Amino acid sequence: MTEIIQYIQSYLGSDQTPGVAGNMFWALVYIMLVFAGLSVAVIAMNWLERKILAHMQVRLGPMRVGPHGLLQPIADAIKLLLKEDIMPAEADGFVFWVAPFIVVLAAFTVFVVVPFGPTHAITDMNIGILFMLGVSSLSVLGIVMAGWASNSHYPLIGALRSSAQMVSYEVAMGLAVVSAVLMTSLNAEGTGTLSMIGIVQAQQAQGEWFIFKFFPLGLIAFFIFAVAMVAETNRAPFDLAEAESELTAGFHTEYSGFRWSLFFLAEYSAMIAVSSIAVTLWLGGWLRPFPNLLHNATWDLVFSLFPGVTFLLFAAMCFYNAVRMPKHPLFRIQTIGLAGFGAVLGLIGLLLFVPAVSLRVQDVFWFAAKVAGFMYLYIWYRGTFPRYRFDQLMQMGWKVLLPMGLGVLILTASVALLQQRIWHP
Amino acid sequence: MAPVATPFFFYLFAAIMLLGGILVITRKNPVHSALALIVTLLAQASVYLMLYAPFVAGVQIILYAGGIMVLFLFVIMLVSIDRSIRERQFNSQWVVGLIAAVALGGLFISVYMKGMSVFPEHALSVIENDNTQNVASMLYGQYMFPFEIASLLLLVAIIGAVVMAKKRI
Repeated sequence: MTEIIQYIQSYLGSDQTPGVAGNMFWALVYIMLVFAGLSVAVIAMNWLERKILAHMQVRLGPMRVGPHGLLQPIADAIKLLLKEDIMPAEADGFVFWVAPFIVVLAAFTVFVVVPFGPTHAITDMNIGILFMLGVSSLSVLGIVMAGWASNSHYPLIGALRSSAQMVSYEVAMGLAVVSAVLMTSLNAEGTGTLSMIGIVQAQQAQGEWFIFKFFPLGLIAFFIFAVAMVAETNRAPFDLAEAESELTAGFHTEYSGFRWSLFFLAEYSAMIAVSSIAVTLWLGGWLRPFPNLLHNATWDLVFSLFPGVTFLLFAAMCFYNAVRMPKHPLFRIQTIGLAGFGAVLGLIGLLLFVPAVSLRVQDVFWFAAKVAGFMYLYIWYRGTFPRYRFDQLMQMGWKVLLPMGLGVLILTASVALLQQRIWHP
Repeated sequence: MAPVATPFFFYLFAAIMLLGGILVITRKNPVHSALALIVTLLAQASVYLMLYAPFVAGVQIILYAGGIMVLFLFVIMLVSIDRSIRERQFNSQWVVGLIAAVALGGLFISVYMKGMSVFPEHALSVIENDNTQNVASMLYGQYMFPFEIASLLLLVAIIGAVVMAKKRI
């Protein structure tokens, strides 16, 4: 018994991730934390997307289930679980069954290397970013399998459509990533790194987020990635996979109930995954804004207050809307529920003001805040841009983004060489 | 991190690879064969990981499992499955098969018997943490010329594919 406790305690105070330190217990704890956080994020994203999209279109969005529709995602989940699970008569049973699992596995496995903080990752790999790109490219297999196994024309054509899209945009995405990885090698030893934690530490060491590096080269590479990642996750304006109004919804036409919800889950967690790649590579990962310019003790204190203040603001929003609820007795439960939700958020906010907590959590907070910004952008794109036609999409990928990516890569390499050879010999 | 239960994982992945390989040739449906091949390739990537070669493992996943096999599946799915299922699957050329099997088996047995002297046991000196950097400095330093020749070969293949696919250039 004491040995087990010793084993658990031996990791505490370590400056490595549990995977690198080889501590199975904490690795398992981290895996469960990441899985739970991701599930909550997908649920919240589901609600936020419907709500924000509705407000962009001057509607109210979900209002009936829970105060301001807060319980709508849970109702949706129950509906999906209770729905009849249909498999087409001539479908290939095993492939039809296994396809959603492959997509979900690929979308969730990449989070093994996502660095939420210098030690807050499940593990750190020497090939981190390569691993992320490789495993997320496996989801194409699941999509192709789902489309083929349905034994129907629309899913097959839809699967070919969306996998062609994903394969094409992967190329531009890879080139943008390479130009960011190249920037990590601008140090005294001249060796770069593919490790996700190493990439953020390189930005810390160089005192510059890579989006601002060699202005505007870093910005262009980031832009290419930001476009490619929307296409990669099959989201608007590149959501030809589920253009149900003009093309029958793509590869998952024949899927229903729980299997369909797995595709849904995978899509949202893939969105979070590619956003965290973008945050790690260009936006300084877990680093807070201006770590180099404003780095004295006062600013450290100010920035450490942010997580708590954010939650207090959410709580204040809940209380404000609870007060504004109609006074009719039918709304009493909803008002109490909203106030209770606000109280929970406020308590979390107060907890985050405790220095011991905020010191450990602020890395995760800044990472999550940056990813949340990307999530908002995803919704904003969907509310703003009309859908691309398929030939326009291909033209964009191969004739615009790919040459741009190649150009940025060559220019980045040349500027880096010039900087090392001439300016700082 | 030091590897855990190495023999167990080696035998596990080797078994998966063998099983996948057997399924590739015995399944009648070509899509199922392709999926079994993907399983084999992924198990192979895991074995690379155990050999302290994470970069090779990552490239294996990206190129083979994520790239080439998707193209394979594209082509296979557009082929009429019904006809290919009815086709004869094996050429029964017993003599050639037997000779090949005996030769390979003999090779395996001889390696197993004399293995200790042919492949002396020694711990890997390459550290996992520098794998990518080592591969890069070898490819772009010591083996620059063969590497560039190989990439030229790929370029020729790409141009050839374009010439064959496009009627008017």
